[in-house]
Amino acid sequence: MLVALFPTLCLVTVIHAQLCRPDAENAFKVRLSLKTALGDKAYAWNRNEEYLFKAMVAFSLRTLSNRETIEISNVLLCNITKRVSFWFVVTDPSKNQTLPASEVQEAIRMNRNRINNAFFLNDQTLEFLEIPTTFGPPTEPSTPTWIITFGAVFFIVAVGIVLLIISGIHKRRRKSKASRETGDVEDKHETMVTIENGIPCDTLDSKEGRINRAFPADDEKFTPL
Amino acid sequence: MVEMEKDRPQWGNPLQFVLACISYAVGLGNVWRFPYLCQKYGGGGFLVPYLIMLIVEGMPLLYLELAVGQRMRQGSIGAWNTISPYLRGVGIASVIVSFFLSMYYNVINSWSFWYLFHSFQDPLPWSSCPLNSNLTSHDEECERASSTEYFWYRKTLNISPSIQENGVIQWEQALCLILAWLVVYLCILKGTESTGKVVYITALLPYCVLIIYLIRGLTLHGAANGLAYMFTPKVEQLANPQTWINAATQIFFSLGLGFGSLIAFASYNEQSNNCQKHAIIVSLINSFTSIFASIVTFAIYGFKATFNYESCVNKVILLLTNTFDLEDGFLTSGNLEEMKAHLASTYPKEYSEVFLQIKNCSLESELDTAVQGTGLSFIVYTEAIKNMEVPQLWSVLYFVMLLMLGIGSMLGNTTAILTPLTDSKFISSRLPKEAISGLICVINCVIGLVFTLESGNYWFEIFNNYSATFSLLLIVLVETIAVCYIYGLRRFENDLQVMTGCKLNWYWKIMWAFVSPLLIISLFIFYLMDYILTGNLKYQAWDATQGQLVPKDYPGYALAVISFLVVSSLMFIPLVALGTFIMNRRKRGNTSTMV
Repeated sequence: MLVALFPTLCLVTVIHAQLCRPDAENAFKVRLSLKTALGDKAYAWNRNEEYLFKAMVAFSLRTLSNRETIEISNVLLCNITKRVSFWFVVTDPSKNQTLPASEVQEAIRMNRNRINNAFFLNDQTLEFLEIPTTFGPPTEPSTPTWIITFGAVFFIVAVGIVLLIISGIHKRRRKSKASRETGDVEDKHETMVTIENGIPCDTLDSKEGRINRAFPADDEKFTPL
Repeated sequence: MVEMEKDRPQWGNPLQFVLACISYAVGLGNVWRFPYLCQKYGGGGFLVPYLIMLIVEGMPLLYLELAVGQRMRQGSIGAWNTISPYLRGVGIASVIVSFFLSMYYNVINSWSFWYLFHSFQDPLPWSSCPLNSNLTSHDEECERASSTEYFWYRKTLNISPSIQENGVIQWEQALCLILAWLVVYLCILKGTESTGKVVYITALLPYCVLIIYLIRGLTLHGAANGLAYMFTPKVEQLANPQTWINAATQIFFSLGLGFGSLIAFASYNEQSNNCQKHAIIVSLINSFTSIFASIVTFAIYGFKATFNYESCVNKVILLLTNTFDLEDGFLTSGNLEEMKAHLASTYPKEYSEVFLQIKNCSLESELDTAVQGTGLSFIVYTEAIKNMEVPQLWSVLYFVMLLMLGIGSMLGNTTAILTPLTDSKFISSRLPKEAISGLICVINCVIGLVFTLESGNYWFEIFNNYSATFSLLLIVLVETIAVCYIYGLRRFENDLQVMTGCKLNWYWKIMWAFVSPLLIISLFIFYLMDYILTGNLKYQAWDATQGQLVPKDYPGYALAVISFLVVSSLMFIPLVALGTFIMNRRKRGNTSTMV
């Protein structure tokens, strides 16, 4: 019996070697950058990690509706380099062929996040060449944030302007009322006005300040040199 | 009939006047033009022509404008009318140039507002490229350019490929422009009463932010590279006449001479104010701020250049590691060169295949990308900010600073326009101060909507480059000659002595009478020669398919607008002189017939 087992084992390994090789049909290349992602905390890539990888791939395929019988032994790894990079294929348990690339791709894409997390890596440090990364949908709030800040500043500035204008109008009304009152007072005392040098003294006492109107303000009166 | 002197509004205290002048003079040019000139014309060596021009040209002309304003106690039109009725046109030209400036300058404030409002997000919108429509990869235009360029050219400006294609008004930019004008209106509403208080903030806040940025910038990784690059003097540039010309023009435009703003500010002073001391203080602070801002800018440049250089090196390392399946982490920036040689010799065939993709990363070339103007603030700085920690804080600080600088300069511009209008009895008797300011703001805002079109940035560049440059040189030249030779230098000297009580130093007299006019004439000739020799005027248009700027020729009507901008302000000088001459002849003719 042992003699019969030996050739079958050889056959299996030969078949596996044929199925999994670089650029084989339905094969994918994987590349990991452990030191870039984890620095000092990087773990060594050994057979246990390879086992985990096979398990994750098998798990991803099982989530597909018609592949619930996939086992870890169906995932084949080969050409493992120091980089770390390797090729893998997934064989069909019922037939002796590899699963079509589109199915494997779909399965990996759906579970990419979980595969990444299992290894503490992300899309850039755990690369499946030829499987494009799925971008998360952009999160846009219903009102763009900037309009909120804009609205707040706009409101404050508008309120400030309105307040200043209203205070200006109040001040002007008060001033015109005061000047009207001094005008009434002057009318009543018209008969008692004292005049000096031809200028009524009362006008010089006005509340607006002491401006001597007899004195020329600028020397425009003088002819230029 | 004796003329009454109305109570002229005044500054609350002399400090407000100094801060107003500083706030006006220290503007965006100090932050985004001086560092560029410094880098281009000899680094530390550029300071020599810069300081010489400051002493020979900047201080005397600034003192002249302040003295004229303080003596005449009127805005630019009234002041020049007092010096000689034939020269009223100089004042009118100043007002028109200020009008053009305020039209386009506030658009910069609206961009600062836009970026400020977008800084309250995590992550910052310009830190990464958006996805394309079917979510498979990043947007094409963004991939070819960079994320900060994409945000500026596409999301902010939504720029069209050429000036002929106008597109529609961008409503977001229009809103920000309206807000910018409302803020300016709020500050100038009450004249010097409100302006005097606002300048405390607009003058002092930028320095606080610059100091914070200086501390942050100097502690960034790679800042020393930028500083070393900037300050190593390239002494051979001193022999280049362009260096001296650019130093002179930078001092000239940085102080904001010729717009009438300084005359307007000084007209609200008390007559006994020592404007000589203030002129020296303001010009020194302006130049010091330029140098200070360029230290900060180059620390940030150094950080950005080092970051980009290290990214480039890391990309090369990744490429080689993947091609030759080397162990991850085997290649480092230290051993990269020797490993490249080793790989080239061991695997010549594969190496030659990949060789074309290996970029030669150079720190020098990253530092060499000297940028000025809006590109520096909205593209280069934002790129550096997005890589700092807590980028939202740095972004907010930076754009608040830009806003303060911009609004401070706008206050000066609008005061230059408003003061002559409020001085004129005809207008101020019919409309209150608030209504005049409101009208000016509304008119400027409506015209400014042109700059929010898709081609708006191209029109902005036209205004930026041509509306003020020629005209100001001529205006200041006429001003200097008018004060020295038409009004009379001795008479002006006597006026100043009566006003301030100090005797005029011989230094100022020589500068005003001989040196400054000669300097301005030579600058003017240089500009003329440069324009004639350049031939067809070109502008930089953004090409979305390539993701970079390409030069294009201005169409005919754009050239017509440029000529209009230059001529429309200058033509008032001879026209008004001629008009006054004709009117005087007619008056004299009438009186002679009466006799």
